Amino acid sequence: MREPLRLDCGVDFGPFTIAYQTYGTLNPDRSNAVLVCHALSGDQYVADPHPITGKPGWWETMVGPGLVLDTDRFFIVCANVLGGCMGTTGPQDINPETGEPWALSFPVITVHDMVRAQKRLLDHLGIDSLFCVTGGSMGGMQVLQWAASYPESVFAAVPIAAAARHSAQNIAFHEVGRQAIMADPDWSGGRYLSLGRRPVRGLAVARMAAHITYLSEAALHRKFGRNLQDRHTVTYGFDADFQVESYLRHQGSTFVDRFDANSYLYITRAMDYFDLAAERGGSLSSAFSGTHSRFCIISFTSDWLFPTSESRELVHALNAAAANVSFVEIETDNGHDAFLLHEPELFETLRGFLTGCAEHRGLARS
Amino acid sequence: MRGLRRDLRLIAEMIDPGARVLDIGCGDGALLAHLVRHKSVDGRGMELSQSGVNSCVGHGLSVIQGDADRDLQAYPTGAFDVVVLSQTLQATREPRMVLETLVRIGRRAIVSFPNFGFWRIRLHLLFCGRMPVSHLLTYPWYETPNIHLCTIRDFVAMCDEIGVRVERSVTLDRHGQPYSLDPRGSLANLLAEQGVFVLSENRGKINAAASTPGRRV
Repeated sequence: MREPLRLDCGVDFGPFTIAYQTYGTLNPDRSNAVLVCHALSGDQYVADPHPITGKPGWWETMVGPGLVLDTDRFFIVCANVLGGCMGTTGPQDINPETGEPWALSFPVITVHDMVRAQKRLLDHLGIDSLFCVTGGSMGGMQVLQWAASYPESVFAAVPIAAAARHSAQNIAFHEVGRQAIMADPDWSGGRYLSLGRRPVRGLAVARMAAHITYLSEAALHRKFGRNLQDRHTVTYGFDADFQVESYLRHQGSTFVDRFDANSYLYITRAMDYFDLAAERGGSLSSAFSGTHSRFCIISFTSDWLFPTSESRELVHALNAAAANVSFVEIETDNGHDAFLLHEPELFETLRGFLTGCAEHRGLARS
Repeated sequence: MRGLRRDLRLIAEMIDPGARVLDIGCGDGALLAHLVRHKSVDGRGMELSQSGVNSCVGHGLSVIQGDADRDLQAYPTGAFDVVVLSQTLQATREPRMVLETLVRIGRRAIVSFPNFGFWRIRLHLLFCGRMPVSHLLTYPWYETPNIHLCTIRDFVAMCDEIGVRVERSVTLDRHGQPYSLDPRGSLANLLAEQGVFVLSENRGKINAAASTPGRRV
């Protein structure tokens, strides 16, 4: 993208690159496009193997031929967010003015900025109107921002396990993660790439702490209980005696292979700054006034990071704006991560909602 | 109309095509689906049970999980042409507040509820001495969600008290056949198993003159 982007922080940023994946085919009247927005640690590899880890796409249960986001029917687009580290311009890229990685001289970006960048991509692809925008967690924040900023471009909006603002508790957890990264000597004030280092210990701790918040007590107990890892008795030391410790260490150590520490700082900050009502003088419903988009809000019973109460607040605001809204809370013990997992009720709900929307939109069946 | 419960069929007949409708306590969405399909209404629903909501949304209906006590306040005044509350009022915590909200957010409210003054219920209590269980009141007392049961006369008295106008009322017998009995009379209170009321906010003389009582909503 050659034309600079005016960011919330006041910087005109650009030119910049957006890395994206598409699945399926855009129909002749360009009415079947679905934008999938990824979460904090996600990327554009929704339904094909990750180029670094080789693991399956993060939403391959949802996106594919015959699945809920049916690639035989819809044209699916997913772009790496601005500030990310999988091809879209982020702090690990070279600042053309200095010839060094941006590091902390990268401008602070917001969820709104991410959405502005995505809008540029869709303009570039010749897509004026999206049949649906969907995503979980930070992806859901982007969905809400899309619906508020470009209502005429969004036929259906499906924010999953999301909220209209980041809570104090969530900001607190993010701060722990950022402090862990910045406390790692290898972080070197953010200039680690220029110095040939990487703050892998700090980033791993950040991921471990965050990962706990994506699960639930019940899920942790179900998966690990107090089971010991490859031993019959505790060692009276600080090895990973418990399976849950071993699991978290594994989550941390694999994360650092695919994620940039500064990106983690920038993206968590963008989530912290997200507050849709603040943009509209404190009134959330005015963010959606006059909207014709059809909303489907989905939350999970055991999600304590983005609890149902936040979704309900959103529903009330949408009701106050007389918006067309559906709201479903899904019973599961999988916590916040439920949106990424096999949740039959999530699939059925979303399939039904999208089928209804497709009828209203006049989209042919596949 | 086939397959739709009698009282719902009656309610459906009271609703004009293309109306903006909110069905509170919409259950599996039978009425809403019927109205959307046959009357092209702009239909929304609210349902307490998660399975009901998921089934509705899964069938393409716009339904939110919520309850009448907690989740109606956010709607703006006059958001709907018709708000339907069928067989749900008796399960709300604050029926009076709910009723006031219904006529605020809807130009009209259609409310149906089981009549606790129905003669069979009276006799059941008189002769059996136990809490009545019927096809409308299916739960034993210790697990019933119906915490605010009332008779038709109780209901009409409350409407009078809070200034809610009864535009039309239909009382139904045990087989769902409508009686044309005055809801204020003791006969309706004795013979009707349930009542269906069309209500509106008493907005003073000017508005009252503008809306003809008894017309279809």
